[in-house]
Amino acid sequence: MVSSTQNDAIIEAVEIEKSYPQPDGTRIQVVSQTNLSIEPGKIIALLGPSGCGKSTLLRILSGLSKPTAGMLAWHGKPLDGQTPNVAIVFQSFALFPWLTVLENVEAPLEARAVGAVERRKRALRTLDTVGLDGFETAYPKELSGGMKQRVGFARALVVEPEVLFMDEPFSALDVLTAENLRGELLELWLNKKMPTKAIFIVTHNIEEAVMLADRVIVLGRNPARIRSDLNLRLQHPRDRKSPRFLELVDYIYKVMTEPDAEHAPPDAETTAEIVLPAGGLTKDTRRKQPTVVRTTKYQMLPHARVGGIAGLIEFLHDRGGHEDLFRLAEELVMDVEDLLPIIEACVLLGFAWLKEGDVQISPQGSAFAEADIQQRKVLFRQAALEHVTILKQIDSILKRKSDHSINDEFFHDILDEHFAEDEVQRQFETAMNWGRHAEIFDYDRESGRLVQAEPPAPQDTAAESQNSATTPKA
Amino acid sequence: MTHEKKSAGLRGFSPYRFWGVLPSIEISYLPDLLMGAAGMALFYGLLVVGRTWLGPFTPEVEIRRSPLALPAYAGYSLLRITIAYVLSLAFTFVYGYIAAYNARAERFMIPLLDVLQSIPVLSFLPGVMLAMVALFPGRQLGVEAGAILLIFTGQVWNMAFSFYASLKSIPTEMREAAKVYGFSWWQRFLQMELPFSAIGLVWNSMMSVAGGWFFLMACEMFVLGSRDFRLPGLGSYLQTAASAGDTPSILWGVATMIAVIVLLDQFVWRPVIAWAEKFKVEQVESTETSRSWVLDLIRHSRALAQIRKKTVAPLGERLMLHFAHTHSGEERQKASPWKVWLLRLLLVAVLAAIGYGVVRVAMILSGIQKAELQEAGIGLGATFLRVNVALLIGALWTIPAGVAIGFQPRLARIAQPLAQIAASVPATALFPVVLLLLIRVGGGLGVGSIVLLLLGTQWYILFNVIAGAIAIPTDLKECCSVFRLEGLQRWRKLILPGIFPYLVTGLVTASGGAWNASIIAEYFHFKGQIYTTVGLGATISQATDQGNFNLLLAATMMMAATVVTINRLVWRRLYRLAETRFRLET
Ligand SMILES: Nc1ncnc2c1ncn2[C@@H]1O[C@H](COP(=O)(O)OP(=O)(O)OP(=O)(O)O)[C@@H](O)[C@H]1O
Ligand SMILES: [Mg+2]
Repeated sequence: MVSSTQNDAIIEAVEIEKSYPQPDGTRIQVVSQTNLSIEPGKIIALLGPSGCGKSTLLRILSGLSKPTAGMLAWHGKPLDGQTPNVAIVFQSFALFPWLTVLENVEAPLEARAVGAVERRKRALRTLDTVGLDGFETAYPKELSGGMKQRVGFARALVVEPEVLFMDEPFSALDVLTAENLRGELLELWLNKKMPTKAIFIVTHNIEEAVMLADRVIVLGRNPARIRSDLNLRLQHPRDRKSPRFLELVDYIYKVMTEPDAEHAPPDAETTAEIVLPAGGLTKDTRRKQPTVVRTTKYQMLPHARVGGIAGLIEFLHDRGGHEDLFRLAEELVMDVEDLLPIIEACVLLGFAWLKEGDVQISPQGSAFAEADIQQRKVLFRQAALEHVTILKQIDSILKRKSDHSINDEFFHDILDEHFAEDEVQRQFETAMNWGRHAEIFDYDRESGRLVQAEPPAPQDTAAESQNSATTPKA
Repeated sequence: MTHEKKSAGLRGFSPYRFWGVLPSIEISYLPDLLMGAAGMALFYGLLVVGRTWLGPFTPEVEIRRSPLALPAYAGYSLLRITIAYVLSLAFTFVYGYIAAYNARAERFMIPLLDVLQSIPVLSFLPGVMLAMVALFPGRQLGVEAGAILLIFTGQVWNMAFSFYASLKSIPTEMREAAKVYGFSWWQRFLQMELPFSAIGLVWNSMMSVAGGWFFLMACEMFVLGSRDFRLPGLGSYLQTAASAGDTPSILWGVATMIAVIVLLDQFVWRPVIAWAEKFKVEQVESTETSRSWVLDLIRHSRALAQIRKKTVAPLGERLMLHFAHTHSGEERQKASPWKVWLLRLLLVAVLAAIGYGVVRVAMILSGIQKAELQEAGIGLGATFLRVNVALLIGALWTIPAGVAIGFQPRLARIAQPLAQIAASVPATALFPVVLLLLIRVGGGLGVGSIVLLLLGTQWYILFNVIAGAIAIPTDLKECCSVFRLEGLQRWRKLILPGIFPYLVTGLVTASGGAWNASIIAEYFHFKGQIYTTVGLGATISQATDQGNFNLLLAATMMMAATVVTINRLVWRRLYRLAETRFRLET
């Protein structure tokens, strides 16, 4: 069932799954049954929304963590216990601050019992390759972010890994530095100056993926699964402004934001061949799952604050209520990573909807943008009570309880049922932020109690009736 | 800044200045010469110590009061501290490692640490001493080992906790880097775990050693029933001098004590802190760095560099390669079944031992007379009052003083090092001296012991209050001036909330110290007489004296339980409050 079952795959993951134990004894699934192989000669980019399990998948493929089910093969043989010849470049660099640049690069060789003379020679050669000669005796803290990541590259390349894994290697860098480093990486790769057979890079930056990769895999979330898999046909060097590049970026945008809709595919000959269409293997594999392991069905709140939501709606309204997603990100000078949750929140609240990669403000959204502070609270409250499950639950419980208050533990328990531990915290924070703003309740963090709040007084009934007349279509 | 000047001064004396025409004479000969001399002195010291320790047991070592004997006594005290410290460090690594990496063990090891930390160490003194003397019959080593073990129990817990906490806070990606590049456990320890926990360990070591002095001074000379244990050392010197009312000797002793502490600071802690700078996990280089002239000296020594190159470096390389070789094969094999069984057997044995101990304790406790228990109960109340009065008095004078110092940077610069020295002089060393004064002035030990408790504990509060006052952001202070918040208002709105977390830290430490100190503050052998007052500490000491081990056990457990309870009920809650509500985000 996997597209590429050639025998020359370096790493092949067969029906791997990953779930984590929860404090309450149950397990939560983070990666659902997935097949994936890494073939030589390719840069593979893994794209997906924040928190969908990209890093988890990378760690399984690199042998760092074991899958809870399925098998990982290294050159066709099952991998159990031993560490394969791979290297990882980390987002946070993960250098040892107390070792000099040279010592940092020598450390993996020490672990492989390479003698001192040979070790030094290889380390210096690698430092030279990544353009760090002259910095051997510096400590990482003396270097800029870009230079630190060069050390990260050198440390990875010095062991001559068969597969080089990278987990968002450029996201901690500023735009120009990232661009520069990306270019140099590509040059080393294309000119075969790095002793590496394949590169597997995790990113949330679509342009970065399209710039570098020979194959792009888009991951969906809750739990992670492959949504789409493309072989890129664009020639290097790739031009960001070329129509094919833009077409591809646009296509991937749509696949990521509206996974269930049909999208016009890019040209297979010149741009990208679609191995797995949007939606992918998903539906049938999901049904196959044993029921012991829970997957999330409870509504998941995007991590956006009310301020951000209001800001975006205002901005959209000023733009005439309609904007291309890509342009929006550009104009707001925001990462898609940061923008997407806000848009998702607007959609969830019925203030906007997404269509073909465009954001369209809804009548409710327009009303919200035009309202004054007091009126906005009313509108926000209506939207929240209509669309947000957990706020609905809180509101009805508070109304029913005699003292109109309840401990937050209760909602933690509800969320615990459906989400991983740290996600519970984020869901809770978001719900508190929205709920307090909507004046559904007051929250006293110290005592951990939610108390019913006085609903905001609507000033003129006209706005309200107009509002309830237009039912949202989200 | 002063350190820089000093090292420059040393260079000024180098021959280079005088015979500048002779290019062959190098600056770094001077450090080499010093290091060589230090080596010789160390060797001699080892010889002397060996001779004394392996000598026959002399229960009543005569303590000479001549100032000339002081350097040797200081040396002995220092040696005890050092050995106890090395033991603590070894224990720290083992305990911290297991607690951090074995989730099942962690669940009970960490609460255990909390309890152990609250047990008053001094109540162990008699038991430990008797056991050790029995273990090494006829050798001075027994008493020495007892003293060392006691200091060990006084200083090990916070170090173990610090190491454990550091291990737990190593960033995931750093761990993953070590794993994906196949570090052996040795390389992981040397290049990641040890450096990462270095700074926490250094600071906790400083605190622990300061605490070690406190216990050492108390246990160098004490009476157990008819037996009089004495160890040559600073503590016994001071006690002897005070007993004889010999003021010049007392002054000599206190001066030596201070000198030792200052030297230790200059030659050990400052260099170590300056060296540990490089283990700071920070993204950018900080502008303010600690410096130490001793460290500069060591770094400039050519001979040391040579020795390092010839011995340490090749040895390190050998070890690293050895563990790297063995590591590659090690991962695949699981623990063999007999090892697992052995471990289980061991666990069962430990549990059985614990069970046996609990049963025995219960038996002993049930055999105690009611009257004794009642007395201990009354004592508990008295000591509780005394400890809290001491804390209150301490807080009352240190808060205004500390805030005044903290608000004036110039004053702080002078007062802080002074307070540091005052705080690190072990109160137990001064007990005999203070007692002498108290007896001259008159007034019983009932009130006098409060003074003694205060002596040991107020510094912790002062210290922390100064730190807290310094940490209040300037803009907040200015804001208060703008709104004309004065007097009481200013205290309520700005100062007290600002220093609250620090104050709590200071009070917790002070409270623990005061409970411990009560054991020696409420009951004293002095000039052949016994001075005592009602209190749990006195009960413990008296039970020790009379060899009433059942009562000793009961009273010790009472005190430990009280301290643990107070920690749980009061201090931990205040701590949490301090961490949540009164936290100044920077
Ligand atoms: N050790 C763990 N225990 C429980 N849940 C975990 C654990 N590690 C990760 N998760 C959960 O797995 C999910 C995926 O995490 P992962 O870090 O792989 O996502 P990601 O796509 O890399 O996100 P990001 O874009 O933030 O890097 C998250 O919801 C996270 O909460
Ligand atoms: Mg990630």
